[in-house]
Amino acid sequence: MYLWIWRKLPGRPPTRILTAAVLVAAVGAVLWYVVFPLLEPAVTLDEVTLRT
Amino acid sequence: MRVMLRAVGETSITAGLILMLFCAYLLWGTGSYTRSQQLLLQRELAEKRAAAEAGRLDRIELGSAVALLRIPKLGHDYEYAVVEGVGTEQLKKGPGHHPDTALPGQIGNFVLSGHRTTYAAPFNEIDELERDDEIIIEAREARYTYRVTSQDVVTPDEVEVLAPVPGKPDIHPIRAFITLLTCHPEYSAAERLLVYGVLKETEPRKE
Repeated sequence: MYLWIWRKLPGRPPTRILTAAVLVAAVGAVLWYVVFPLLEPAVTLDEVTLRT
Repeated sequence: MRVMLRAVGETSITAGLILMLFCAYLLWGTGSYTRSQQLLLQRELAEKRAAAEAGRLDRIELGSAVALLRIPKLGHDYEYAVVEGVGTEQLKKGPGHHPDTALPGQIGNFVLSGHRTTYAAPFNEIDELERDDEIIIEAREARYTYRVTSQDVVTPDEVEVLAPVPGKPDIHPIRAFITLLTCHPEYSAAERLLVYGVLKETEPRKE
């Protein structure tokens, strides 16, 4: 998968590295700001109330 | 075969990295929301104080600021605005006051829940509180100083710790107690850690 992406990236290696870094950052940002906040309520490692 | 193995390997490594990132998000990322909400709540408290709304509140709206919590033992800058309510949304903003328990300084049990590992983890270090350490509640009408009396670990269904006299549901209270409640052990929801205190001093706010 990563090899396939690398081959698809245009330009010479320095450009490719830069594009790859931008891609990684973009995926990270989507996870951090969109996916993780949606998943977070399902994780109950920090329950602080009692079962009343 | 090699192609498949590579695909499995890459997927596993990716999944591992995403999981690590998710843990980082839980521990540190969630705190940024709490910090921004704390700024709003503390401003709300300051405004109410400046507006000098008279008297003590009998009922506070869910999600609004109740008082300021300070624990000198946990640092001189340890300061959290306590929010009314212990629903998921309220606890994301900071330590929450159980709505059907006493208000600050009142006879009965003033019960606060707070996160221990996520959402800025306000109650992360309350296990370090020892007998006679001070818990200060800056309410609108007065500053209440509570003195820590003991700690306890209970199962999540032992609701009698929330009683007006903590742990003794049948007894009528004659003193003002405080109870801090968080999860235990750290990173687990198996038990609850409790820190009990009793009112030591009341300093009415100067007009």
